[in-house]
Amino acid sequence: MLPRFIRKSSLLACTAAVSMLAFGQAAQAVDLTVYTAVEAEDLARYAETFNKDHPDINIKWVRDSTGIVTAKLLAEKNNPQADVVWGLAATSLLLLKSEGMLEPYKPKGVEKLDKKFVDKGAVPTWVGMDAWVASICYNTVEAAKHNLEPPKTWRDLLKPMYKGHLIMPNPNSSGTGFLDVSSWLQMFGKEKGGWEFMDRLHKNIARYTHSGSKPCKLAAAGEIPIGISFAFRGAKSKAKGAPLEIIVPEEGVGWDMEATAIIAGTSKLEAAQTLVDWSITRTANEMYNTGYAVVAMPGVAKPVEHFPPNLLDKMIKNDFEFAANNRKAILAKWLERYDSKSEAK
Amino acid sequence: MTELADTAPAAPLIKPKTSKDDRIMVGFILVICLYLLITLAFPLYAMLSKSFSTYAFDLTNFEFQVNAGDGWSEPFSAAEQNDKIQKFKPKDLVTSSDGRLATTEFFPDFSFRSPTLYRLRQVRGDTSFLFGTERVDDTEWHEYSSNDFRRIVIRASGDTGLDNFRTYFSTPALFRSIENSLFISFLSTIITVSLAFGFAYALNRSTMRFKGLFKLVAMIPILVPSLLPGIALVYLFGNQGMIKGLLFGESIYGPIGIVIGSVFFTFPHALIIITTALAISDSRLYEAATALRASRWRTFWTVTIPGARYGLISAAFVVFNLVITDFGLPKVIGGQYNMLAVDIYKQVIGQQNFEMGAVVSVVLLIPALLAFGVDRYVQKKQVAQLSARSVPYVPKPHRQFDRICLAYCSLVAVFIVGLIAVCQYAALIKFWPYNLSLSLDNYNFEVMDGGGWDSYTNSIQLGLYTALIGTVVVFVGAYMVEKVNGFFTTRSAFQFLAMMPMAIPGMVLGLAYIFFFNNPDNPLNAIYGTLAIMVICTVTHFYTVSHLTAVTALKQMDREFEAVAASLKQPFQRLFARVTVPVCLPSILDISIYLFVNAMTTVSAVIFLYSPDTTLASVAVLNMDDAGDIAPAAAMGMMIFYTNVGARLIHQFVSRKLVRTTQAWRGG
Repeated sequence: MLPRFIRKSSLLACTAAVSMLAFGQAAQAVDLTVYTAVEAEDLARYAETFNKDHPDINIKWVRDSTGIVTAKLLAEKNNPQADVVWGLAATSLLLLKSEGMLEPYKPKGVEKLDKKFVDKGAVPTWVGMDAWVASICYNTVEAAKHNLEPPKTWRDLLKPMYKGHLIMPNPNSSGTGFLDVSSWLQMFGKEKGGWEFMDRLHKNIARYTHSGSKPCKLAAAGEIPIGISFAFRGAKSKAKGAPLEIIVPEEGVGWDMEATAIIAGTSKLEAAQTLVDWSITRTANEMYNTGYAVVAMPGVAKPVEHFPPNLLDKMIKNDFEFAANNRKAILAKWLERYDSKSEAK
Repeated sequence: MTELADTAPAAPLIKPKTSKDDRIMVGFILVICLYLLITLAFPLYAMLSKSFSTYAFDLTNFEFQVNAGDGWSEPFSAAEQNDKIQKFKPKDLVTSSDGRLATTEFFPDFSFRSPTLYRLRQVRGDTSFLFGTERVDDTEWHEYSSNDFRRIVIRASGDTGLDNFRTYFSTPALFRSIENSLFISFLSTIITVSLAFGFAYALNRSTMRFKGLFKLVAMIPILVPSLLPGIALVYLFGNQGMIKGLLFGESIYGPIGIVIGSVFFTFPHALIIITTALAISDSRLYEAATALRASRWRTFWTVTIPGARYGLISAAFVVFNLVITDFGLPKVIGGQYNMLAVDIYKQVIGQQNFEMGAVVSVVLLIPALLAFGVDRYVQKKQVAQLSARSVPYVPKPHRQFDRICLAYCSLVAVFIVGLIAVCQYAALIKFWPYNLSLSLDNYNFEVMDGGGWDSYTNSIQLGLYTALIGTVVVFVGAYMVEKVNGFFTTRSAFQFLAMMPMAIPGMVLGLAYIFFFNNPDNPLNAIYGTLAIMVICTVTHFYTVSHLTAVTALKQMDREFEAVAASLKQPFQRLFARVTVPVCLPSILDISIYLFVNAMTTVSAVIFLYSPDTTLASVAVLNMDDAGDIAPAAAMGMMIFYTNVGARLIHQFVSRKLVRTTQAWRGG
């Protein structure tokens, strides 16, 4: 295994060196394969904005949901197809990092970013773009039919009146579901409190969905009065005319960030670095801001329509290291406790 | 031949002489055998070995030194320490590739405030540990303060063994799915087969009107992905459902929804088999029953049912297999009710736990293989029942019975058309249930997950390529294996390989393809992520039924054609092109339409194989539903339906035209 890997990487290094010698610094159009989980409707805009500054780099997008992109990258571990990952959950990037799949690089201007958004390593392996934040999507029309009151806190959701009126994503298949669970553990107690909260919450949950955006869309469609999802999704559904209220629980909300990293072994390191440099510029951050209320560069974000105004203050101090290193154990425990809901009777 | 050898042991065994043609034909067989090995046997083997690939924490490889202010202790390994404190049993150390174990677990009195220093090293370099999120995989000693030491987790290393299976069967949330899957499959099978039997009985034994229409309607479910009825059920019985009152407060998300949807999508499959079984019944038996003055009721139980029993059993196993291996429907409407096929998806996509995905696949293979085996056994018996002297049964008019039949069939037809109509209606509603105005917004697939309109054109491409390549491969294979002389072992090996795909659930096949084709050492690695791999996968997935259709058609042709051609010194390829293909043209067209329709609707096998450039319409339905865009999912599902209807119409038209020119001899 090891020798082959070494042979391969040295071969790649040679090829890179040769191509650099051959072409020098001349402006040569480069195709970069970029894996991403950014929403489909934003991709074209991202590439367009980037190409205004760097017309010589073509982005070849490979897009899918967070879980599938992560699975794909891990499956390709010994034969990476991607040059750059631009817009994938930081928790996923930490997993890739522990596999040694990311190339450390300190992008130009990284010091201008909020420290929360930069990998703590001496040479960072990833840099953040924006954050997506958990929220509750509350359908006012359906709630009124069932005489529900809007919850103010996470603990409010434990009240018996919400029984059967709640939906949340399954953390075993959804990144959003996991960030909820990890935030509850961090807020209410990693050993006991968090699990006690979830035990009681579980009694009120109608079912768990596979994807993180579905609870909010179901709430928007009136399938369920309350969906635990993320703010971005809620704002979009609200803009479409759904009778939604986006509630930010007072205790604080979990969040994850979309981040960028270079895949180790890429033959297009220079172009990859150019892209990562650009991905943290002011222009890029303004670009992220059209969809996300919270971006990596302080002072850039303008309020986004339909976003709850107090969202930023309610973001918890997320311990990504805890989340990443305990992910497996937390998910196994969650599966054991809650994943056979229909049999629990 | 064996008889000959038995009675005259002294005589030399006469072997039919193999001609040059036979050798060329065997060459073809071997090529197609190789194709099936590469696209079926090797991937399955890769998957099987993945299910035995385990991860565990190798405690012997991590060594500590502690300094509590009185100098460094002797190095001791984590394994020794574990023996001392009796913390972890061997089964606690089994994990998956993303397992993490905090080193502080080995020090019961650990406090991050204490001034104690710790050192950690790895004996061999084949494991790694993480300091925070930094990966360390050297064999040096690393020193940490106690505040830093609590941030260290060790990672699992790979091995092989049965541990994954042990973990599976000791995790109730996982192994309960076996029970759920079996229960749903049994229930759906009983309901579907009963309903389909009634329907087939009405079609075969009554003189009711609109038979042609009913036959058409009953085939509709074949033209849509299995998850489409799930979407219709959400609109009918969901919390905002049009007629949710009919469920009396029960939730459609779970067993009820899965069973109703399964009955819908398996109905035509059962109907085809049972209709065939009823159609071959012998009229003379009924005459005898009438002569013996048996009542209608008695005749039904003593003649009809026994006559159709093999068809019924076969239908039951086919339905059972379809339900237990289906993935789309339980994914859409299953709620918290876990089924095996969905578990594979959850393990692989949700948790990137490929090993556990492989384990569930192996578990799912067992009932599927059993059902397949029984079905094959029964089908053989069915053929033996046919006799040349049978007289086909012709129903006589019976007003009351015909009316009942008409009412029953209408009810089933309303169920089928109703679900499809609901989907189309939902696709046209602007924002259910708050804005019921009609619009085409839901067809704007570009702003949704799933790949936009490209996925639709990709699906059509996949369908066409699968139909074209699949038909050629299948028919040539079937021809060679039917008409070649001698080479018994090769032929039976081929027959076996050709029957295999039917027993392999799509999810399992797809996952097996990842393991096999995505391996960088595989020379075929380049096709991974292309349309080609999906064409290959789909051809292989639907190989068996196509193969059987081709073999049946070829069996109609007397082997004397070959003998005559040989005596006229005509090479077999000439006979093949001039006689065999034209004669079998109806069947060839049937195979191609079968492959096309299935390529358009399949989800399970391709869900692991599509790449962003090759998204498919059927997968888009699933992904849009997954993201909560249910109306667009219904819209795309209906696009698949209309495309398949169109394809069938073209098929009908072409068949009729070609039959007129190539099959004129049949009429004579």
